[in-house]
Amino acid sequence: MRKSDRVAKKHSPMRRSLMKGLMALPAAALLSSSIQLANAAEVNTTGLAVTEDTVKVGVLHSITGTMAISETGSVQAEKLAIDQINAMGGVLGRKIEYVQEDGASDWPTFAEKAKKLLVNDKVAAVFGCWTSASRKAVLPVFEQYNGMLYYPTFYEGLEQSPNVVYTGQEATQQILAGLDWVTKEKGAKSFYLLGSDYIWPRTSNKIARKHIEMKGMKVVGEEYYPLGHTQFNSVINKIKLKKPDVVFISVVGGSNVAFYKQLKAAGIEMGKEKPLFLTISVTEDEILGIGGENIDGIYASMKYFQSLPNDNNKGFVDAFKAAYGDDIVIGDVTQAAYLGPWLWKAAVEKAGSFDIDKVRAATPGIELNTAPEGYVRVHENHHLWSRTRIGQAQPDGQYKVVFETDDLIEPDPFPAGYQ
Amino acid sequence: MFADYTSSELLAIFAMQGFAGLSLFSIFVLMALGLAIIFGQMGVINMAHGEFMILGAYMTYITSHIFADYLPSLYGSYFIFAMVFAFIAAGALGALVEWALIRRLYHRPLDTLLATWGLSLILQQCYRSIFGAREVGVTLPDWLMGSVPMSDMVDIPINGLFVMALTLTIAAAVYYLMYRSNWGGQVRAVVQNRPMAGAVGINTEKVDRMTFALGCGIAGVAGSAFTMIGSTGPTSGQLYIVDTFLVVVFGGASSLLGTIASAFTISQAQSTMEFFLSGSMAKVLTLLVVVGILMLRPQGLFALKIRR
Repeated sequence: MRKSDRVAKKHSPMRRSLMKGLMALPAAALLSSSIQLANAAEVNTTGLAVTEDTVKVGVLHSITGTMAISETGSVQAEKLAIDQINAMGGVLGRKIEYVQEDGASDWPTFAEKAKKLLVNDKVAAVFGCWTSASRKAVLPVFEQYNGMLYYPTFYEGLEQSPNVVYTGQEATQQILAGLDWVTKEKGAKSFYLLGSDYIWPRTSNKIARKHIEMKGMKVVGEEYYPLGHTQFNSVINKIKLKKPDVVFISVVGGSNVAFYKQLKAAGIEMGKEKPLFLTISVTEDEILGIGGENIDGIYASMKYFQSLPNDNNKGFVDAFKAAYGDDIVIGDVTQAAYLGPWLWKAAVEKAGSFDIDKVRAATPGIELNTAPEGYVRVHENHHLWSRTRIGQAQPDGQYKVVFETDDLIEPDPFPAGYQ
Repeated sequence: MFADYTSSELLAIFAMQGFAGLSLFSIFVLMALGLAIIFGQMGVINMAHGEFMILGAYMTYITSHIFADYLPSLYGSYFIFAMVFAFIAAGALGALVEWALIRRLYHRPLDTLLATWGLSLILQQCYRSIFGAREVGVTLPDWLMGSVPMSDMVDIPINGLFVMALTLTIAAAVYYLMYRSNWGGQVRAVVQNRPMAGAVGINTEKVDRMTFALGCGIAGVAGSAFTMIGSTGPTSGQLYIVDTFLVVVFGGASSLLGTIASAFTISQAQSTMEFFLSGSMAKVLTLLVVVGILMLRPQGLFALKIRR
């Protein structure tokens, strides 16, 4: 075994601290583990790393490099889910062992490590990737070697692979409900679209613009800044001048911190809602770096907030804190990453097999009643039906949920008329 | 272009954009001064400049927590102390790096590029191991928050004013050190002719170490000040490094005055274009103009005339 392989040992300190968190597991999750043990040859006909009592999966995220900021939470959530599943007896009576690889924020490295996981380690599933660029890099590998990837990030859509399950929202789910809410509740008529300059913000704003103009409202400005840009005074001046009702923001990474700090310094009170700031890119994780006092009053449109008041989520937050400390925060993507191992477990048990093709066939229609975000179901197109919520940022760095859609929103990765 | 706006709005645009340009100018100068000293005076291409800045930012983060925990009554003034600590920490690390690494490479200037790039990766991973991969939030004292409302439209950010004052102070201090003090004379002598400087009794090794430490220390102060306007994370330093080199190279590497002139040109061009074009296009055009001028004038805006 190579040095970089980090297979979870039975009694590692991490595992012990995770066990403490298990006390908080929702009782409903504990019911489904009485499965008849089948021998390894029956549940695995394709040579995956499955033994009589273990099954190997991969965790593939950046733990070094610039994306480590964002991907750390996903790794933590996936490990927590795996340990909780193991504590309940595992999947088809087999304990999950994970092999962790580091994509190092470098897309070719992601592809290389994905190949290593599928070819050398013969893992039954991979939980990983964060940026669209890394997903696009590993996609041919997963399709060539027939692997299964559980991808946690909200993203721009326009993709659907039989080898990927998308546990985050695609763009229309996240954006349209948010725009409808500001129009209806806040009477917004004019919008300023602002984003970092790469595929996700540009596609998101394309969808947003189309929707805004279809409803007869106006886009008064649309603008992109290079990734990592730190000077936003000019655009802040433009916003002041154009006086839009809503500024719709998809700025990412370190630029976020700079943008909100400079907004605050420029004398704009975000709580006054003049203009109202609606973001699709700032989760609780980002607020840690921005500082709650610099951002309180803005709204975010996504499917999960740490403060969601349901019992599943309370159990999840308690378990997460017991495992990683009281100061930890949980953002939208972290929760979506946590769903990955659970969705895979449900699909494997429905299929009665670890074989990738059988798991894929079983995947559409998989339901989770225990998800922290509430009930979710996998669509034929491998995305999740989910609710969209609007949260308002508070000075303590948490969001207060002010709105949630009544129904689950259907995932629509190829929206008609939006391209 | 202006037809949509009233004359009072136009006035406000110019006031606000003028201030945005000035504030960008002072940020550029603050970023570039440390590098101008190291790159310009010593010829060392310090790719780890951004990481020295982030060391200053993390010192500010630590200082704010120490003050919040042990000296809550003095919390309002922690930022001043933080900048001093940032200068000392970054300067000390700079001296250490010069002693352990840089002084072995003076005869191989291109190798300093690789060595300091490696150093920047090492520092990034150290920050990640010590402070965690996530960005940390640095809380500002109240007096640095907010803005001075000048009129209905125009608000002047207080931290922008603070950065300007800081830049003026540091630029004046560097000017005094380099051009009015005995030590500055030694530095300039070493730059112009190392063997002769050694022959007249200047301890060139010591001068090198102090120069490098000074450059790094100024980077630390800049990083500390930038916690007001930017992010503090293991890789945040990378956000500044390109602009910093751009300013120093465009200005003419060995001239501090050139650095200031170049920071002014680039900041004004960029903030004006940002207003009339989109953000990405403004950056592209700025880079194009700089590349064009450097093709015509490879030595940069200002060049030191010395006999080689």
